[in-house]
Amino acid sequence: MTISPCSAELPGTLGEAMPFLCEGAVITLQSTLGGSLLAIAIALLVGLMAMSGHAWVRGVARVYMEFFRGTSVLVQLFWIFYAMPILTGFQLDKSFAGILALGLNLGAYGSEVVRGAVQSVPQGQREAAIALNFSPYHRMRYVILPQAFVGMIPPMNNLLIELLKATSLLSVITVADLTYQGRLLVNSGSDQLIVFALLLLIYFLFSYLITLIMRFVEGRAARMVGRGGPGSGRRKDRRWSRRPVSPAETPSVEGAR
Amino acid sequence: MIWDWDWTLEILPELLTQGLLVTLQATLGGAVLAFVLGLFVALLRRSRNPFVSRPVGAVMEFVRSTPLLVQLFVVYYVLPDFGVKMTALMTGIIGLGVHYASYTSEVYRAGIDGVPKGQWEAAIALNLPRRWTWISVVLPQAVRRSLPALGNYLIAIFKESPQLSIITVVDVVGFARELGSERFRYLEPMTIAGLFFLLVAIPASIFVRRLERRLGN
Repeated sequence: MTISPCSAELPGTLGEAMPFLCEGAVITLQSTLGGSLLAIAIALLVGLMAMSGHAWVRGVARVYMEFFRGTSVLVQLFWIFYAMPILTGFQLDKSFAGILALGLNLGAYGSEVVRGAVQSVPQGQREAAIALNFSPYHRMRYVILPQAFVGMIPPMNNLLIELLKATSLLSVITVADLTYQGRLLVNSGSDQLIVFALLLLIYFLFSYLITLIMRFVEGRAARMVGRGGPGSGRRKDRRWSRRPVSPAETPSVEGAR
Repeated sequence: MIWDWDWTLEILPELLTQGLLVTLQATLGGAVLAFVLGLFVALLRRSRNPFVSRPVGAVMEFVRSTPLLVQLFVVYYVLPDFGVKMTALMTGIIGLGVHYASYTSEVYRAGIDGVPKGQWEAAIALNLPRRWTWISVVLPQAVRRSLPALGNYLIAIFKESPQLSIITVVDVVGFARELGSERFRYLEPMTIAGLFFLLVAIPASIFVRRLERRLGN
């Protein structure tokens, strides 16, 4: 008979903690998913805006990026949840405020990734698309972005893991995520060593899950633009071990410029 | 007027003296620990003995994949059970230092990998002992290459230091939270704290970008 990892029938502290931690894990996954969708949307929009021909569009993108990369997520979270309501008279729901703060923050880092990847597509591709009379939109949509996409994935993987880690901060504004549930268990007398070890382990598994998903996506994306057939894609996957991208800058992409 | 200027002027000096001092201590302490520990980790990971390099690599991968906040809780709540007692600030510095050592070790690793092979060969040709090859040939070049990236991590540590306020360290953000909860009004203290981080982080990142360009050639 197999017992679900969330079962209360597990022995000792495990049975006490796991049902609660599983509830929290669901909230953590939801926040990560919501935050990453928002972050990716912002990253694409702002990343493309940062390369616009209009100086004022570039300026808006620049200000956004510097602003959200210049302060910490925690301050942004507090500001959106506690300070903004006083200024605007509009109180956001706590999970929504959390997802918004995460999305805005990681979106700013992501837009740097998008910009770097788009600029590292060889100039000849752009020129060829112009020669074939592609409109600027079609040039971006069918020629540049699909190729840039492959290069975006390894740094995006790092950012998504940063986002997963940052969801733990939502516990501070009482969103009942994994970290919050863990602290609740500790406060109600569970063995703290075991509870914190479980927390770390679950976060680690989620990080690993993100890496697996992103490797799969990268393999697909690489084959779609004809880089590496079956097999060669997999060899390449194994080679990119997860290198941390500096949260302040993205050196690997900066270097490509 | 929604913004309370009188209160702003009243809390501004306190916030930027008391709070600032703690933020600086946490940032510099955490950074020094991260830079030193990261270098040792990078060297251990290059060890020829797989029983050294593999476990060190696995532990660092684990540290990098889990949230700083939970690690801080472990240091703050669990270590005292084993008889290790520290102040909250000290706990925070160790947490930041170990967490970011997992990042800086990768920076050093890239720096060491970037030292041209000819340098190693020259050291062998000169019959330099292996230890001196590291100390006087490889590391000075590797560390120099790593400086801009380390600068970025210094800024990152500075920006992550507010997380220490959750384990009761009274840094700029912790102080702002205290002030805010007194009146249940977070607008002014949080905005000042946010602006303060912007004011430091943006010039610092411009400086690091310059450094990158200068050392780049």
